[in-house]
Amino acid sequence: MNIDSIKNGIVIDHIKAKKGLEIYNALNLGDLDCSVAIITNAKSKKMGKKDIIKIDKSIDLDLDILGYLDSNITINIIKNDERVDKYHVELPKEIVNTIKCKNPRCITAQETDLTHVFVLTDKDKKIYRCKYCETIKEE
Amino acid sequence: MKHLIDIKDLSVQEIEELIKVAKDIMQNPEKYSEKCKHKKLATLFFEPSTRTRLSFESAMIELGGNVIGFSSASSSSTAKGESVSDTIRTVGCYSDIIAMRHPKEGAPLVASIKSTVPIINAGDGGHNHPTQTLTDLLTISCEKKRLDNLTIGLCGDLKFGRTVHSLITAMSRYKNIKFILISPEELKIPEYIKEEILEKNNIEYVETNDLEKYMNELDILYMTRVQKERFFNEEDYLRLKDYYILNKNKLETAKEDLCIMHPLPRVNEIATEVDDDPRACYFKQVRYGKYIRMALILKLLEIK
Repeated sequence: MNIDSIKNGIVIDHIKAKKGLEIYNALNLGDLDCSVAIITNAKSKKMGKKDIIKIDKSIDLDLDILGYLDSNITINIIKNDERVDKYHVELPKEIVNTIKCKNPRCITAQETDLTHVFVLTDKDKKIYRCKYCETIKEE
Repeated sequence: MKHLIDIKDLSVQEIEELIKVAKDIMQNPEKYSEKCKHKKLATLFFEPSTRTRLSFESAMIELGGNVIGFSSASSSSTAKGESVSDTIRTVGCYSDIIAMRHPKEGAPLVASIKSTVPIINAGDGGHNHPTQTLTDLLTISCEKKRLDNLTIGLCGDLKFGRTVHSLITAMSRYKNIKFILISPEELKIPEYIKEEILEKNNIEYVETNDLEKYMNELDILYMTRVQKERFFNEEDYLRLKDYYILNKNKLETAKEDLCIMHPLPRVNEIATEVDDDPRACYFKQVRYGKYIRMALILKLLEIK
């Protein structure tokens, strides 16, 4: 199966297979006025299968959300049909207003206007804790 | 401006300085009796507490300062739906420093973000209670004359007991500390405390449900209450509340210089017959709490 290459835009590569749609939704790519392709189960030497998202426009990506959802993702920046930059996303140090603390004793359960912040406390184990009550983020 | 929200906000050196000042206050109380003249402490207790609030208030009074505040959420604007941030910004206009207790975990951190005056966390639910930890450290320092080379037995509710978690965190920074963690299966120390503090810092520890088994090894025995307010299920509370009762018999093999501590209030976990034992330190601990809070108020107000 072939998907047309893009002239100017972004290719989000090495997405864990079947996770492409989740990332599409998390980045609100449905709101863009350009072509966006989600390729699922593409063959990958490194991963066996992978998903890819192609965006036919240069946009600012929320790298924190990408890093949090899948830290193995690579981002390719395409200009005039050529890849001009490639980089990996990293686990973000903080995740802001993406997930909510589920601890009923947390102050965020009482004061719903507060910013929900999870802080990376263990990079190796990918442990995030609520900034306020230190409850570990549930998988 | 510095706040005290978590015991980890203080370095080992800062804790040593606080202990040094507290000991000096104990030796020379008159030297400090007017240090906070014209200063006001606000005690904002959104959750009932007797000893912590009185300890803060007596600490400020002994420093020559004044105290304002409330002792339950129902007598504050919270009952009208006011946010913690708004309450703090308002009270900051009336006071120089705030000691705050709140049932919700993280509320003092929220307060500190918006506050114009130093905030002291006087307990946030089952989360942190750093001035209790400072009290415990001063008690150990005064009674054992050291904060290293100690075998510490922690007994009772090790799951929800915030004082226990904070004490482990604080003591894990000192050399040659060994913990004996004594609890029923249901109230064992959480895995994250073992992984992130004990194992990460190579601290030796033993888990047991037998209070007497390691009694002869202990330098400190820290008893805790099974707290009714931390249980969602009353049946579980009733089953576990009297699991450990320390009495004279159980102390038979204990060292002569054992230091028995308890954050108080006690219910049944220490029999009153132990109170007259010279090793019982829990009422002295209350007194130490006032002195370390005096030292802390001076530090946060930057008064030498």
